Amino acid sequence: MALEHIENPSLRDCLRVQRRVLGALFMREVLTRFGRHNIGFLWLFVEPMIFTLGVTALWTATKSVHGSSDLPIVAFALTGYSSVLLWRNMPGRCIGALWANLSLLYHRNIRVLDIYLARLMLEFGGATISFTVLSVLFISIGWLEPPQDLLEVIGGWLIIAWFGSALAIWLGALSHENELIDKLWHPASYLIFPLSGSAFMVDALPRAAQEVVLWIPMVHGVEMVREGYFGTRARAHYDLSYVLPFCLVLSVLAMLQVRKLASRVVPE
Amino acid sequence: MKGTIRLDNIRKVYPTRFGEKLVLDGVGFELSMGERLGVLGRNGAGKSTMARLISGAEKPTSGKIERHMSVSWPLAFGGAFQYQLTGQDNVRFISRIYGQDFKRNLAFVEEFAELGPYLREPVRIYSSGMKARLAFAISMIIEFDCFLIDEIASVGDARFHDKCNFELFEKRGDRAMVIISHDAAYVRDNCSRWAVLHDAKLTLYDDFELAYADFKELIQWKPPVGWPNVEVATA
Repeated sequence: MALEHIENPSLRDCLRVQRRVLGALFMREVLTRFGRHNIGFLWLFVEPMIFTLGVTALWTATKSVHGSSDLPIVAFALTGYSSVLLWRNMPGRCIGALWANLSLLYHRNIRVLDIYLARLMLEFGGATISFTVLSVLFISIGWLEPPQDLLEVIGGWLIIAWFGSALAIWLGALSHENELIDKLWHPASYLIFPLSGSAFMVDALPRAAQEVVLWIPMVHGVEMVREGYFGTRARAHYDLSYVLPFCLVLSVLAMLQVRKLASRVVPE
Repeated sequence: MKGTIRLDNIRKVYPTRFGEKLVLDGVGFELSMGERLGVLGRNGAGKSTMARLISGAEKPTSGKIERHMSVSWPLAFGGAFQYQLTGQDNVRFISRIYGQDFKRNLAFVEEFAELGPYLREPVRIYSSGMKARLAFAISMIIEFDCFLIDEIASVGDARFHDKCNFELFEKRGDRAMVIISHDAAYVRDNCSRWAVLHDAKLTLYDDFELAYADFKELIQWKPPVGWPNVEVATA
């Protein structure tokens, strides 16, 4: 079939190509990561589900109440750990992603950003399906009350996803020319985890500590998810006028870095 | 102008640990439908870099490239496919990227590459001949106006060679092509214009003999007596 050459592509032409490229990259990503063996792409959310279930079991067994005696541990672990998976796995998947996919750049319509976006779509999908499936499961067997404000849960979840994506693209683009990023991200993500709001409620901390942890952007998202789930029982602390501009600035940094990288990258 | 590709004063510099390396400097030409440009140059002269710039996979440091027709990716051995995926999944991926009919493309690749059951195995277990066959077949499923051919058609056995030449020069004789090869006879027989890339400069020729004479002098190579391809035929 002849390939049409569009001399002055309209925005609609560009969007059509963009959709086609992201779709192709997404399907390819699913295939290369999960293959066609055993349960195949179901691993996308079975793996995070196993993680979350494991942590839920551990925290239940050790009766870790994390300063919130009001909330059931299952609910606490589900909201907390799902959030961690969301923001932590995104950078993990994007760091070094370009090196593994350099040959894709042979196709002119595939840009550096597309490679990151395809991986982020997959990561977001996996974490979201895992969170949803486990929520529905726990609610249906009575371990968990349905969320009091579903829209707020979704809002908080999207904020965590936005932060995670922007961070992932920025670190991913930086890591292509600087291997220190890869080395430092592992300890950094490990150290930020206990501070990320997943394992505590801000309200349970002393006043001074509250002010410190609220500098950390994902804390706001997690608090919001919990308020959506538990309503006033959660006594959430978050500030949209801090976290939204933070994500915006991070996104701009990420785009600038991708732009710089795209003009220098050498395909395989 | 429609149906052309134009390179204007292209410059490409790569940063290395020992300072900047100038790979292309002031490279420019125009190519129209039906024209085939054969590029000669020693190893590391920057031929493949030039092909990547023409395709748009990589950007020049300065200068302008105008594409007024669809241009292929550089058709080379390894590039452009995914080793973890099967041959079939690679066909599917390329079909999706370029918005083409997968079933029709698969039928063509099955017939052309003759990989049999291996088409459904991961590419990483292929022999180099199998990879070359798949790469060439995949390259042929999208009908570009301009093909960039980086050594790919000069591999494989004689039969495969003939099949490739038929696909490229008989069935697609009306297209523009940039052909990079170390096989001077191949370039002579299949191109209508020639160029030599040396020391970051591209010199254009309308006569193969002049291009080849300059090229031999530049690389300081004399063909041994009885050199089969080029010398005998032109004697």
